[in-house]
Amino acid sequence: MEIKSCVKIRKEWDIVSARQMGREMAKELGFGTVDQARIATAISELARNIYLYAEDGQIDYEVITEVNRRGIKITAHDNGPGIEDLGRVMEDGYSTSGGLGAGLPGVKRLMNHFDLQSEPGKGTTVTAIKWVR
Amino acid sequence: MEPFRMDVNKYKEMLQKYLYTKDENALYQAGQFSKQTMRHNILPEEIINIHIQSLKEIYPDLPPTIDDSLNFLLETMISYGLAYQEFISLREKQTELESEIAVAASMQQTLLSTKKPNVPGLDIGSISVPAHQMNGDYYHFVKDRHQNIGIAIADVIGKGVPAALAMSMIKYSLDSLPETMRNPSQVLQSLNRVVERNVTASMFITMFYGWYQYETCTLHYASAGHEPGYYYSAKDDRFYEMKTKGLVLGVSDEANYEQVKVQLEKNDTIILFTDGVTECRVGERFLEIEEVLEVIKAHMHLPAQEAVDKVFRHFERLQDFQLRDDFTLIILKKQVS
Repeated sequence: MEIKSCVKIRKEWDIVSARQMGREMAKELGFGTVDQARIATAISELARNIYLYAEDGQIDYEVITEVNRRGIKITAHDNGPGIEDLGRVMEDGYSTSGGLGAGLPGVKRLMNHFDLQSEPGKGTTVTAIKWVR
Repeated sequence: MEPFRMDVNKYKEMLQKYLYTKDENALYQAGQFSKQTMRHNILPEEIINIHIQSLKEIYPDLPPTIDDSLNFLLETMISYGLAYQEFISLREKQTELESEIAVAASMQQTLLSTKKPNVPGLDIGSISVPAHQMNGDYYHFVKDRHQNIGIAIADVIGKGVPAALAMSMIKYSLDSLPETMRNPSQVLQSLNRVVERNVTASMFITMFYGWYQYETCTLHYASAGHEPGYYYSAKDDRFYEMKTKGLVLGVSDEANYEQVKVQLEKNDTIILFTDGVTECRVGERFLEIEEVLEVIKAHMHLPAQEAVDKVFRHFERLQDFQLRDDFTLIILKKQVS
């Protein structure tokens, strides 16, 4: 079974829709309250990055099933300016030093699996998975 | 470490006890509990979560608004949890860095080590203590086969790792000078060119270089903007500042260094130091040079090494055992005339 849906991010209000969609899917999948909040925060962070730096992008949601576990896969992609120094944005204290929030290291901590691909001038794709405990 | 499972029942018991007794002991238990959770990197949202669960078990009819409001609180704690995780990872990084610096500091000690020369009729004491792990001060002795000795004392303007790196360079340039180059003003000129070429413009090095001639008991010296040394004349029972002109190393490649000499008589003493000694601060004020010399004079009757050690202990204590700058002091005492 694979459920796919997506939310486009163009204005700040869309961040809220993106969170809500993630939380509802997480609840249905059987995530506890804490993990629901973490997933919503991770989505919030990714959607905010799109809204702030790329202006236009979207968040995809997918239920993934493996032999003995189920989880939610979040993919955030945009056609924005991309990230020049990937090592830098994944460094602790870099993006958060201005008090901007969790940053990408935060998203990585909130989820179980994290992947980042970016090409300057073309865009960025972040994939994050969390498994139901 | 064993994986730590948050025990909801235990928390529930503690909470229940507190709700019924309002007992200080229960609050003490809560404090212990929070220390234990931190030790196992439990995040704040998880603690709020077991609080909600416990509360629901104690009060099965908990009003939904209370439940909702606690979930609201849980949501706001997520970012604190992230900040806490970040703090843990940065703390680990810091520990790593500190141990790297400790290794570098011990390497530096080996690299910059110098042997105090043994010259008949000359009693030498020296001490150099860094304010932090790495030393930005440096002193060095060389002796030739005629019992003449060269004495270098230097200070990098700046502290820590960059200062220490610059010092290693000075040491190796000094080592590579030919033995024919004993003339202090020549030595400084040559080092000045090395520093000027190899060190960034923002870093300066001050240095005193002295050449003690055994046969004539004369100290020839020159200084590159270094804290002036003092010459104590036993006959006059007073200190004379060892004045000489010269620009700090690394500013201009055409700097010249005035060379001066002083003849040592019995019990005359030469005192060399870095500004970690003269800019010793007591409370809000810097010590006057007279006060520094007074302390040194009070210890001068001792063997030179014991004297520098005791002078250091004195100033260390005066500054509450927290050096603000690297501290280097050398004493040369003429014993027989």
